[in-house]
Amino acid sequence: MADLIQTPINRFDSSEKSGGLARYIADIPFKDMLFAKTLRSTRSRARIRAVHLPDLPQGYATIDRTDAPGSNRVHMIEDDWPFFAEETVNYVGEPILLLVGSDRAEILRLLSEISVEYEDLEPVLTIEESLAAEEPFYGERNIIAEYAIEKGDPDRAFEQAARVFEDEYCTGLQEHVYLEPQGVVAVFEKGRVTVYGSMQCPFYMKNALEQAFGWEPDRIRVVQTTTGGGFGGKEEYTSVLAGHAAFAAYKTGRPVQLILDRAEDISVTTKRHPSISRYRAAVDDRGNITALQVHIMLDGGAYAGLSSVVLQRSMLMAAGVYNIPNARITGQVLATNNIPSGAFRGFGAPQSLFAVEMHLHSLAEQLGEDPLDFKMKHALQRGDQTVSCGRMHHEVKLPEMVHILEEMSGYREKRRSLREQSSRVLKGIGLSLFFHGCAFTGSGEQDKIQAVVKLRKGKDGKVEILVSNAEIGQGPHTTLRKIVSHTLGIPVGDVLYGNPDTDRVPDSGPTVASRTVMIVGAMLERAATDLRDRMHEKGEVEVTRQYEQPDYICWDQDTLQGDAYPTYSWGANAVQVEVDPVTFEIRITGLWGVYDVGTPIDEQVVLGQIEGGMAQGLGYATLEVMVKKNGKPMQANLTDYIIPTAGDFPRMEAKLVKSSYEYGPFGAKCVGELPFLGAAPALVSAVEHALRQSVTRIPVTPEYLMEAVEHDHPIHPER
Amino acid sequence: MTIRFTLNGKEVSFDTDPLRRLLDVLREDFGLFGVKEGCGEGECGACALLIDGELANSCIVPVGTVQNAVIMTIEGFRETERYRVLEKSLADAGSVQCGFCTPGFVMAAEALLRNNPTPDEEAIREAISGNLCRCTGYHMIVEGIVQACRIGAKLWAKPTDR
Repeated sequence: MADLIQTPINRFDSSEKSGGLARYIADIPFKDMLFAKTLRSTRSRARIRAVHLPDLPQGYATIDRTDAPGSNRVHMIEDDWPFFAEETVNYVGEPILLLVGSDRAEILRLLSEISVEYEDLEPVLTIEESLAAEEPFYGERNIIAEYAIEKGDPDRAFEQAARVFEDEYCTGLQEHVYLEPQGVVAVFEKGRVTVYGSMQCPFYMKNALEQAFGWEPDRIRVVQTTTGGGFGGKEEYTSVLAGHAAFAAYKTGRPVQLILDRAEDISVTTKRHPSISRYRAAVDDRGNITALQVHIMLDGGAYAGLSSVVLQRSMLMAAGVYNIPNARITGQVLATNNIPSGAFRGFGAPQSLFAVEMHLHSLAEQLGEDPLDFKMKHALQRGDQTVSCGRMHHEVKLPEMVHILEEMSGYREKRRSLREQSSRVLKGIGLSLFFHGCAFTGSGEQDKIQAVVKLRKGKDGKVEILVSNAEIGQGPHTTLRKIVSHTLGIPVGDVLYGNPDTDRVPDSGPTVASRTVMIVGAMLERAATDLRDRMHEKGEVEVTRQYEQPDYICWDQDTLQGDAYPTYSWGANAVQVEVDPVTFEIRITGLWGVYDVGTPIDEQVVLGQIEGGMAQGLGYATLEVMVKKNGKPMQANLTDYIIPTAGDFPRMEAKLVKSSYEYGPFGAKCVGELPFLGAAPALVSAVEHALRQSVTRIPVTPEYLMEAVEHDHPIHPER
Repeated sequence: MTIRFTLNGKEVSFDTDPLRRLLDVLREDFGLFGVKEGCGEGECGACALLIDGELANSCIVPVGTVQNAVIMTIEGFRETERYRVLEKSLADAGSVQCGFCTPGFVMAAEALLRNNPTPDEEAIREAISGNLCRCTGYHMIVEGIVQACRIGAKLWAKPTDR
């Protein structure tokens, strides 16, 4: 192999996608297929007294909770989420039944004739209401999960503090807006159920169906079809749809297609957890932070889903990239009568990294220090103890990254000069430092996922990758092929990798947590090393590898203490803005980023993740507003829920620093989620710089800024 | 009602409800699955195609309104030399990730280039601002179109067949 692994090659999926040849689930007709549409709750919280159905024509059927052959609960962590509502509905949009038939217009007509008798119950719609509720609807206290982690002696540090600072930060809902709406087709034949669809995690879906049907594993098959984006939205939620369609296929004996239209998709699928975070910092007389006390509250919605794990990551990232000697981090996921919150790129980290970055920024301003100097004074270094009392085992390149970022963006000079310029618009520049814990938290890979990968050399000498990880746009069809081809020393075109089919591939774990290249890729690298010695053998050769946890990882899942992640990827962003002092519109005029992701397996794929993650993060910080009225999203289409277009942001300038992680394939670390994380705090600190106004909430809309200025929210002292 | 139009270079004629969405007719009756439904309300551009040479979102076009029109979808356009240049440029620039939006972007690029074979970056961004992409942040798509202009300038400079 003459080329380095980082040298970009054309993606394998580019041509068929450009030409409209790739088949997504809606593009695959099945013989005698029925269509399906869901009847959903119109109430936030109510007891279902009765459901009145019209006479159904021949060939039409309803499917509800009584049609789950095994269990009506979706297998996730708590198994509290029903496929179809049981005695009560707990959010607007909760499925009550599915109506299937051959004509879509007729299905809609029949649905409109169904009436549901509700007995309304008092809903809780916000974190505050959930905490204050006198009669909790979820468990004994409306709490889905709560944890505490502690480092050092925070009480003593606060007692001895020269100054103590407090702030509260809020973040909003965010919808994934993968361009391909969610969809599945279920088929029942020869005693087996097969679900085809748009998804990230074929084995999550398979496991959920095994429980729902109460069947032996070999009677359930899941096949991923070309998937038009996921971002976490097709991690756990797809299991709900799979159950609905599979119950219907089993009941009717016909293939059943269940595809959400955009309005339905936005209205009922999982969202990023809204959050409220309270930060309190103890500072000594030399201006050093000696302790942090953090309390994070996430709105989990009506069911647990993956919220407990999201909260863990939120808490483990809550001290940011800083070495704080004493800390107490507590967190709660509150149950509300909202759409269940779920996995979304960053998985709890965006909320706490926004808060901690803004808090350090605020401390620096109030202490009269330059925010960047103040942050770097506290930055983690190799060997430091993390907030969960683990070690920073690997090199931390923040000083080098910050130096490059300053050069690219002119941050320091602009920090002074932009303020002095007299123009109609107000200008500012802001910066964020951030990291992402790669792959599953703690020893999750070893204890829960236990991934297995397989390589199969065919008689023709071509090598097939057999893993359950899905191409959802992030590039594994290209990057994993490169890892195997470079290890074997064969042309990349001789490595095959199709969409996973659980009948053919081992469970190499879900396509989540930025783990595909770093964890699965490393296992494939080892498998390919084993296979290299056997390539000369005639006939088929199969090589299997299991996950092996690196020896240095120490973790206690009960106390959340130890090495929370195998390693970290790092980032530093700068954002320059202009804010109109009359309309408070924000115009982004400069975007810069420097990243340490280990060896990039393909520089172009990595930059694609960086640019796309940045845009999605800037959307989260500014444009993407979702508010609810009586539990119903007021922005249920792409006219009202605004995501960035090509005209919204300038081109980003991004650089990678040279770095290598010994346990990653060719030295690679995690990428996918990282670039999302720095956008919001960098943008918001630029807006603060421009307006001389404290901003503690995202999305930062013109309306919010106008109100903040008019009501004279705390303005930092002269900087 | 009998509807007639030219679809990817062929005359077609069929009876249908004139209020059906052009998107559904193309996908269900003609099997043209390169035309995608991303939003169903004309916001995302995944169903974009050319009607008499102009870019349109087929999800908000009732089929009765395209009587006698010339319609080009990605399935027709992909047979052209211009498409081959665009496809290669998009691949080289890394423009494609999940790909669901890509055929729409290709049609938007063609609509731009047949009117303006030498657009600057701002014109490209303007021309694709009716197409949503959630994966790329758009820069690599813009770059792909820039490269296509460079390589294929002569292809678009010729008088078009519209």
